[in-house]
Amino acid sequence: MSALLEIEDLHAAYGPVEVLRGLSFTVNEGEIVALLGANGAGKTTTLRAICGMVRPRGNVRFDGNVVSGMVTEKVARRGIAHVPEGRGTFTSLTVEENLILGAYPKKSSEIDAGLKRSYALFPRLEERSQQRAGTLSGGEQQMLAIARALMSRPRLMLLDEPSLGLAPLVTRELFDALQTVKAEEGTTMLIVEQNANLVLRFADHAHVLETGEIAVSGDSEQLMGDEKMRRAYLGY
Amino acid sequence: MERFIETLIDGISTGSIYGALALALVLIFRSTGVVNFAQGELATFSVFVAWGLTQAGLPIGLAILATLVLSLLGGMVIERVLIRPVEGKPPLTIVVVTLGLFILLNGLMRWIWGPENRGFDRFLPDNTVTLGGVETSLDAIGTVAVLLIVAGALFLIFQKTRIGLAMRAAAENPEESRLVAIPVGRMLMLGWGMAAVCGAVAGALVAPSLFLDPNMMGPVMIYAFAAAVLGGFDNPFGAIIGGWIIGVTENLAGSYVDFIGQDLKIVVPLVIIVAVLLARPSGLFGSPQVARV
Repeated sequence: MSALLEIEDLHAAYGPVEVLRGLSFTVNEGEIVALLGANGAGKTTTLRAICGMVRPRGNVRFDGNVVSGMVTEKVARRGIAHVPEGRGTFTSLTVEENLILGAYPKKSSEIDAGLKRSYALFPRLEERSQQRAGTLSGGEQQMLAIARALMSRPRLMLLDEPSLGLAPLVTRELFDALQTVKAEEGTTMLIVEQNANLVLRFADHAHVLETGEIAVSGDSEQLMGDEKMRRAYLGY
Repeated sequence: MERFIETLIDGISTGSIYGALALALVLIFRSTGVVNFAQGELATFSVFVAWGLTQAGLPIGLAILATLVLSLLGGMVIERVLIRPVEGKPPLTIVVVTLGLFILLNGLMRWIWGPENRGFDRFLPDNTVTLGGVETSLDAIGTVAVLLIVAGALFLIFQKTRIGLAMRAAAENPEESRLVAIPVGRMLMLGWGMAAVCGAVAGALVAPSLFLDPNMMGPVMIYAFAAAVLGGFDNPFGAIIGGWIIGVTENLAGSYVDFIGQDLKIVVPLVIIVAVLLARPSGLFGSPQVARV
């Protein structure tokens, strides 16, 4: 396995507040990696730094090429799809328009294929394809955001708190769908979650962030099994 | 009755010119979130370019078509060079840049073409036709037709093409658009270009009835602004309806209410605007601003 994403000594700050202090980790092709940690630990900032929404110091390499310093749309074009926190959809556009935009730079044959895949994965989106995204429920909007990210057949999908504000049942449905994506498409994912219990069962590896640094890393099973670790960092 | 219908048609015709310029304002407002105060001067500049081309021997129709292409490119260049550096800055900063552009263009026109007025050829036929006792000019009908063609073209671009979809997305949420690989900057450039084209159309329609001088579009800009406010600043459809309402009411009031006459007729639509805005603060078709707190 080769490293698809390499992060090396990543620093980022919002004004004088340093949020990331020398973060380094890699994500291998086909792997699911989770970032855990408390609020303000720098998880979201890490994702935003990868896709150029904040200017970091340090190196981000994707598929061997440096992408740090690139503008967001160029990073996206390279094959990194970001599902932002809080239902990132275009609320005034229809479900189908949202999906089409997910494959914006692609050919129309690929868009049609993408729509088919999305509707197979989330049948509910097909029922609502002509509805405005803003009229969907929270869970449906999150499904739409994920389906839209998958439209471009990304090599790496960044997911920022997909379960935020969703009912447990909806959350389970969402992770079932992600499991299907993992099995069928083998998409590499880097996923930020507060719900450690949930995401550790899904991810292969996890890193626990603490004030902008990696405090603990390990395989998911190993982290779940370690009583001390659970109490100290995962809070359950 | 005939006189009433004639006044109505005249009103819709002048209203169409306001609507065309209002469309330009709305296009930029939707994507940039500010009013482009230089829109009128941009339109006048375009008309001067068209006039220059006719002086160079081009027939008027060809000169206008060439001007529309040049306006598209000019609008895009202005966005890239002047607006891009302040993109994402507070709205007032961008407004000040458009005011600067207003002064710059006005000065530039005086410098190149001088302050004197010039005649601008009519490109629509000027014959009058009589239909069932109603006498109207082909020019008035043509003006309305041109606006409808421009509006129809915009509708098709925005609703039926992928680039139009991307432009709508970029206007709604630039940050998320970048995440799905939409080059937001290029969409804004295109929006400014298209606005410049709408303005040029308005200018070419109004120029034959006025004199072409650097301040030609000043009064039209006020009507267009009023039309956009009345229709709702984020709604292209509203801009057109707003233009028509203003054109029709000012003409009706000017012809029928004696004490208003030609001098005070502008006041009438403004009174209507105040009344409408009291009832619907975001205009007739505008979407109210909703913020989660």
